[in-house]
Amino acid sequence: MSDKQQNQEDKFLAPENRKHTVIGPEGEEIHVDPLNDYFCQDLPKVEAPYKGILEKFLNWARAESLWVLAFGTGCGSIELPPLFSPRFDAYRFGVAMRPTPRQSGVLIISGYLSVKTLKRVIRSYEQMQNPKYVIALGSCTINGGMYWDSYNTINRLDQYLPVDIYIAGYMPRPESILSGFNKLKERIKNGDAEGANDYAEKLDWYKANQKKIIKDWNMPSYNW
Amino acid sequence: MNIFLKILFVLLGLFIVLNWGLIMSGIIRKIIARVGMRRGIKVYQPYINLIKNYSLRSQLTHGVMFYLGPVFRLSGGVGIFLFMPLIYGSEYWSNFSFTGDLILIAYFMFFGMLGMALGAGEGGHPYSGIGVARGLAQFTAVEVPFTLAIIALAIQYKTLSISEIVAAQQGGIMHWTLFTNPLATIAAMLSFLGAMGHSPFNVVMAPQENPIGPPTEYHGTFLGVLQTNRAILHVVEAVLYMNLFFGGAGNWGVLILKSFLIYFWAVFVGMVFPRFRVDQSIPWLLKIPLVSGILAIVLLMIK
Repeated sequence: MSDKQQNQEDKFLAPENRKHTVIGPEGEEIHVDPLNDYFCQDLPKVEAPYKGILEKFLNWARAESLWVLAFGTGCGSIELPPLFSPRFDAYRFGVAMRPTPRQSGVLIISGYLSVKTLKRVIRSYEQMQNPKYVIALGSCTINGGMYWDSYNTINRLDQYLPVDIYIAGYMPRPESILSGFNKLKERIKNGDAEGANDYAEKLDWYKANQKKIIKDWNMPSYNW
Repeated sequence: MNIFLKILFVLLGLFIVLNWGLIMSGIIRKIIARVGMRRGIKVYQPYINLIKNYSLRSQLTHGVMFYLGPVFRLSGGVGIFLFMPLIYGSEYWSNFSFTGDLILIAYFMFFGMLGMALGAGEGGHPYSGIGVARGLAQFTAVEVPFTLAIIALAIQYKTLSISEIVAAQQGGIMHWTLFTNPLATIAAMLSFLGAMGHSPFNVVMAPQENPIGPPTEYHGTFLGVLQTNRAILHVVEAVLYMNLFFGGAGNWGVLILKSFLIYFWAVFVGMVFPRFRVDQSIPWLLKIPLVSGILAIVLLMIK
């Protein structure tokens, strides 16, 4: 990391994450470097799938139990609550909402991503555990849609996160989201949905793209 | 009986209880869905969720206590099971029950919560702490009427052994504690609502209130252990209430039916009534349940 980049990071670092000194109860000085002490600096590894029938069985279980992170970006998030209403009832496909990224396997990017939100999306995505899948809703995530020349939204989502399924439309109806879930299930059962490993493999490329957009990168390089 | 045979039957009983717990939670979710006019999950969905959680490829930890939290929780659930006589009159299915098992089981009911508090505290998520504080406060209020009911039973039957309490209730439905000591039953069944964590008392686990409270940071195998424990705990707590107030069970069929109906009492109330805040649920538990528990003891003392 170059000095210039280092200085730029320091400028945006939250005050509580700067290096500081704490006086202990006995009067001793404790030097704290929060980014190194409180955050894991390891990078993700490629977790090789099992072989043969075992992986097929596990993939079936993963496909039949999709836990979606309740994270709404853009206008498409309004299409997600009806999924769990009696009319559409996504529960019967094994889809459920989880409020915490640790327990979720599916991240739905439901519309345009402003630069500010992209940072939070990356944090949430990286806190999810392997295997994890990304569904992108609407034309905004494919090519920017009506925001393609906007100054603060990204155009192509797959330059920043590995996307498994795109659901086209503006906005997609809950029926098309359900059909997207079924497409994702097919992908998982075929063993094609290895987005998390793909992300770990091409981490440098994804990080370069992300840091090009996010100027105030004040978090660890990978948010466990 | 041979100790190895005993251990074999205990493990077999645990296996049956675990599977019945998972199937029961699937059936209950299905019933809740049908009440909401939905198709709902598949009945075997809890199994799929469990397999998925146990097969997560990458997992991370926050330290030793983070590991031990689910382990403590599971040992709380399995501990209740180990000392619970399941089938009345059967030497094979009475597990390791002994003369004072009721006290030990009441202790194990709190043990898991405390372990979970330590583990979730190390998770570092601020909402975990809030969830744990709410959970412990509410569960303390749940324990008060339940303990009063236990004391009333101990006075009534002059024993702290669950097997003897079950034995005293044999000989017809009118011998059940439900009819011989209705006030203690009211106190215990109202506190049962709080212990099961269904709707009026589920603010602790509610995703809308705080991101799911204690298990916020738990994922993968950690969450799998917690789910396993939940399946066991729901059955054995229902079995405990069955033994204490509803005459126990003479065979597995009766056990499954009675534990389902007792558990369904909490679900039924949960489907009808909306959620309490913690500052509403604790005073609620300290009104009618507490008073009926005290009255049960006072009436027995006067007699």
